[in-house]
Amino acid sequence: MSIKVINPGLHTTVQDLGRRGYSHLGISGAGAADSISLRLANLLVGNLENDSALEMTLTGGEFLFKKDACIALTGSVFPALMNGEKLPYYRPFQIIKGSKITLGPTQDGARCYLAIRGGFQLPLRLGSCSTHIMTKIGGLDGGVLRKGQEINIGDPDQNKAGIKLDQAIHLDRSILRITRGLQHDWFDSAAWKTLQERPYTISSNFDRMGLRTSGIGIYPITAKHVITEGIPLGAVQIPGNGRPIISFVDHQTTGGYPKIANVITADLCKVGQLRSGDEFQFQLVTMKEAEFLRLDQEKFLNELVKK
Amino acid sequence: MFIINPDFIPASDNSILIKFGDKISENLHLKVFSYTQYLLKNPITQIIGISPGYNSILVRLDNSMRLNESIDMLKTIGKSIHIRQRIKKREIQIPVCYDSEMGLDLERVMRHTTYSRNKIIKSHTSRTYLAYFIGFSAGFPYIGGMDETLATPRLDTPRTNVPTGSVGIAGNQTGIYPLSTPGGWNIIGRTPLKLFDKDNPGTSIVRMGDRIQFIAINQDKYEYLRSNQL
Repeated sequence: MSIKVINPGLHTTVQDLGRRGYSHLGISGAGAADSISLRLANLLVGNLENDSALEMTLTGGEFLFKKDACIALTGSVFPALMNGEKLPYYRPFQIIKGSKITLGPTQDGARCYLAIRGGFQLPLRLGSCSTHIMTKIGGLDGGVLRKGQEINIGDPDQNKAGIKLDQAIHLDRSILRITRGLQHDWFDSAAWKTLQERPYTISSNFDRMGLRTSGIGIYPITAKHVITEGIPLGAVQIPGNGRPIISFVDHQTTGGYPKIANVITADLCKVGQLRSGDEFQFQLVTMKEAEFLRLDQEKFLNELVKK
Repeated sequence: MFIINPDFIPASDNSILIKFGDKISENLHLKVFSYTQYLLKNPITQIIGISPGYNSILVRLDNSMRLNESIDMLKTIGKSIHIRQRIKKREIQIPVCYDSEMGLDLERVMRHTTYSRNKIIKSHTSRTYLAYFIGFSAGFPYIGGMDETLATPRLDTPRTNVPTGSVGIAGNQTGIYPLSTPGGWNIIGRTPLKLFDKDNPGTSIVRMGDRIQFIAINQDKYEYLRSNQL
């Protein structure tokens, strides 16, 4: 049995924690833009962290449930109604067969997640259900959800009980912490000062591939060109116009812009919630600190699973 | 056979760039190729992906890994990798239609190089190239070894949709767009071959390390090949 897409919303895709082992063929990982919210949504309904869920962007959709289900909503709050009744975030709840749920425009960040107990029954494409739009693989026919499509719900009986969260997790998106990038020394101290002290704004050109920013341009002190090399997730690249571009989950696997910095792994979930017009500052931390923050974030999630 | 000692540079808090040198050369490519093949044939669960380039490999690591232990792990692995001095290359012929409807930027390249259309085609088809690696988007081969005199700067404003199969040049590189993606290279022709199979991406027509030759075809042959390939 399934849920039916009455209205897909602005840009809704199926995502899990992404695709491993294909970047040497030019296929980046995809996966949830805010992976922490996806993991929490799954854990709340007793799924595995990596199960597939819906990722909605800026405006949610409308879905008809053709069977009883247990779902959880996480990420940014897109006001959700079931048959006119308001639904909670960060708490699992039951949906009765035949109900419709409707999610409105965001009241906060860019994305919200809807996980369903049992996950979605979708074939793995190259080891993952994540939709990679440019390659047209994963999810439903490799694309965004469309009106009238149905997605089968997995068997919930095999799952264990969901976790309980005392409170929603809110992160300060006005600071993105970074480590030095591969070409960090192509920029002088004035450029670094600008990067860290001046505000940057997410431009209207932001998606799962990358987020362009506006702000004061910074430029390398060398005329050297980067010999095309791998781009890490979260790379802060400086194109010709000097305005940083943050590479994101559907990023191109290699490229030739200088990479001044890299958003730390623990802050990538914030990047997934940034949207056009959001102002933020970059803050430099050491690799050691970044590594500690990543391991600490993983530990926090692992402990939730154990509870 | 010899062992290599590349540099291991943290690129982010969960990725490491293995760097073999500072230029584009076939000698460095042998190292990148041997290392890449070894990592693909001996997969390690802590490595979630690798991106070879001209002179480096970016190794993407699982979030549970510490950078120091990752570097130690990669150094240990490196000790068992031997670089073959010569690798038997697959030789791949790529038919390309250089007609103006498909060579969207041929005139731009003609203006920049002051070459005639025929001279550009002759130059592009008279060499054997090397597919250094696959990157950018799914199945996109970075093909090096182009005649320097053809080198034309990238478009000022990248196209939002380069047609599938487009053959482009940028600097002294040439490449093929297997999917319709954004791109800023000068498009000089189009191949009818389907370069990327999303169900079997590892068995694409062009793979890392292949020798490539471009063959000029007319539009009839293009249409024929396009509708008759498996």
